[in-house]
Amino acid sequence: MRALTYLAVLAFIVAGTAWLPWATGAVVWRKLRRLLLSLVAPVLLFTLWDLYAIRQRHWSFDPQRVLSMRLFGLLPLEELLFFMVIPLASILTLEAVRAMRGWRAGDER
Amino acid sequence: MTYTQLALLGVVLAAALDLALLRTRLLLRQVFWSAYAIILPFQLLTNGVLTGTRTVRYSGAAIVGGSTPASGRPAFIGDGRIAYAPVEDLLFGFALIVLTLAVWVWLGRRGVQRLPMSDSSGRPLQRWVERRARSAGGAGEPRA
Repeated sequence: MRALTYLAVLAFIVAGTAWLPWATGAVVWRKLRRLLLSLVAPVLLFTLWDLYAIRQRHWSFDPQRVLSMRLFGLLPLEELLFFMVIPLASILTLEAVRAMRGWRAGDER
Repeated sequence: MTYTQLALLGVVLAAALDLALLRTRLLLRQVFWSAYAIILPFQLLTNGVLTGTRTVRYSGAAIVGGSTPASGRPAFIGDGRIAYAPVEDLLFGFALIVLTLAVWVWLGRRGVQRLPMSDSSGRPLQRWVERRARSAGGAGEPRA
């Protein structure tokens, strides 16, 4: 169970935001292509940052609290998922606020 | 570079992307700061779990505060930490969010699945907010 600590935190974030379009009328899940394109830069840049930080020993992970799978022999799988889950949650939050309040975000005509 | 330096650089680059490169100007918008005000407490909570349980451990050489101790929790607040996490994590998260949202809005502006903006009114959260506004005696904020 302990090995699922990080994964459980990610699941909590997804569970906490996935329903926002249903509750607010925001349209996000149907814009899958835009969603996936929005993840490309964050995933690439922050994975590079993470790999650098791990190599420089800025931070490390408790091997007992993450799954054993590591990308490039360094990066826990959860870190890669983090760079998808956080962007997704932030887009869902932004669109929920916009749907609720009608504030402009910059892509209106 | 230290984590402190990289985190500051990350915020500057994300802000430059938003304000100058893509000109999405989210940092000047109410909708962004309202969303961030919702995200921030959840970042403190979830990151507090990851750092308080020492799932992620930091080296004192890379951050303003000291290293994550080998046993026991780091400081909840103080020693360069907020809710167990190094303050640098707040900058890291901010840069990640600004980068993502700037790209998201930029894609919309370029016509990539821009529409529909939103999906009808009378959704559960909207009805809840309207009820609260009525019972508070106010008319509530009109939808733009």
